Amino acid sequence: MAQQDDIRYLNPPTVDIKKKKYCRFKKAGIKYIDYKDAEFLKKFLNEQGKILPRRLTGTSLKYQKKVAQAIKRARHIALLPYVTDLLK
Amino acid sequence: MFKQYETVFIATPVLSEAQMKEAVAKYVTFIKDNGGEIVHQEDWGLRKLAYPIQKKTTGFYHLIEFRAEPEFIANLETQYKRDERIIRFHTISMDKHAIAYAERRRNKISEAAAPTAEPKTDRKAAPKVEPMVDVDEEETTVNE
Repeated sequence: MAQQDDIRYLNPPTVDIKKKKYCRFKKAGIKYIDYKDAEFLKKFLNEQGKILPRRLTGTSLKYQKKVAQAIKRARHIALLPYVTDLLK
Repeated sequence: MFKQYETVFIATPVLSEAQMKEAVAKYVTFIKDNGGEIVHQEDWGLRKLAYPIQKKTTGFYHLIEFRAEPEFIANLETQYKRDERIIRFHTISMDKHAIAYAERRRNKISEAAAPTAEPKTDRKAAPKVEPMVDVDEEETTVNE
């Protein structure tokens, strides 16, 4: 006879409710992303200096394009590195 | 039709203060002589580069905001290319959001530096300001 403790689930029941991601630019009403502000752009980079996907940051397509453009400009004028380790 | 542009250039760190001023003056007069008008300029001073350019790890940054004919940009960039003091340059055309943003940023700088120095020549002012207005500081949750 199976006891209460013996019951195991094949897939553990989802306990934590996923927090809905949102686009910070839409929410805050930001229209222009400045390429000169390297500290801000670092939020959209991983440790190797790669651009994080939308899937992780929640940015909308319209602003992801602008973020990418700003990061590429910042890289060109050497405010951000093209390749690195331990950016953060 | 005039368009508004923003240009940033990096000069070699081997220049002296006076030489740097002269280089900046050259481009300012060059823009003015070709019928452009200077909207704003900013000197960021000697900064560390994120990666070496021409084996140099630092450089003098200077930003000029100006209004000019689109045809003029090609001439300006040719000047940059011929100039050995300039190790990197970047010119972008500004849309209406960029112009509005630049104005807000200028006001912030002049507010921050108002009592002591005038904003145009204040070296420390440029990188210090926090340019993004009403960004919520919440970190994006990143689940790698």
